[in-house]
Amino acid sequence: MSARSFIAFLAVLAVVGLLGFGLLSKGSALEIGDPAPETTLPLLEGEGTESLADYRGQWVLVNFWASWCDPCRDEAPALEELQRRYGDDGFTVLGIDTEDLSDDGREFVARFGLTYPQLHDGDGEAGDAWGTSGVPENFLVDPEGRVRLLFRGAIGEEYLRERVAPLLAGGGS
Amino acid sequence: MRAAAVALAALAALLAPATPGLAATPQASQHEIEGEVMCPVCGTLLELAEAPQAQRQKAFIAQLISEGRDKEEIKEALVAEYGEGVLALPRGSGFSLSAYLVPIVAFAIAAIALAVGVLRWRRGGEGGDAADRNRPAGPSAEDSARLEADLSRYDL
Repeated sequence: MSARSFIAFLAVLAVVGLLGFGLLSKGSALEIGDPAPETTLPLLEGEGTESLADYRGQWVLVNFWASWCDPCRDEAPALEELQRRYGDDGFTVLGIDTEDLSDDGREFVARFGLTYPQLHDGDGEAGDAWGTSGVPENFLVDPEGRVRLLFRGAIGEEYLRERVAPLLAGGGS
Repeated sequence: MRAAAVALAALAALLAPATPGLAATPQASQHEIEGEVMCPVCGTLLELAEAPQAQRQKAFIAQLISEGRDKEEIKEALVAEYGEGVLALPRGSGFSLSAYLVPIVAFAIAAIALAVGVLRWRRGGEGGDAADRNRPAGPSAEDSARLEADLSRYDL
């Protein structure tokens, strides 16, 4: 290979590499049936980290939210109600406070009396991995770690009652 | 009056060693910091952003300034909350250093490639002249004869 060809090869490789990095660094939107990402995140309250993998074997409603997001305030009581109703039965809501100040997030949790586990995704990395385009967004993940339902926007009591609750009550069949 | 001045000077001398950093640390500027960090949700400089998240971020910076934190401390606090991506200008160390090095290396490679290409082109041009020099100066005898024959056909 001549020097000129080698330089051209390097230039093409660099361009392709940059394009590939750009595509990979922004996750594509998840579809129903896709395996859910298992990004490890710090806990919003207290020390330590957790990942969705820690909840394998139970149903998890992953809720992306932020304290500065108005619709997130609207849906928080319904999510807490769902947690109180099904939280001891192989199910949990898992909150992911994304691109938010952790103090603001903790204040939000206290204000709405949220009892389900909360993670902090300050740089939005988990949101990218899940392909979110904003907050709130909700993903119901089955015990095998696959996305069974997804809802972009504030989730309401009606949706939880008619779409989510039957899956939890029926074991997902 | 003189006694009061002496007392003030003594008080200042007593206080100075206790707070050495305050005099040396410049006051952080809200505007300056907003021009050097990003609004993660908007993807723009914080100073250009008006989103609710940006407002909270600006309030956070204002609070840290009021606590007497300097610019670097405030940036560290922002990185702790939002990750390295919050910095509009990457740090000059670690992996972030590549943000500065890659363009320089790419420019150097491009300049070398251009220089090599120009040199080769010029040498190729000189090689072409050498080939021309080996060629006979005028038309060959055969060409001259054919030219004469053609011209004579149109001779009026």
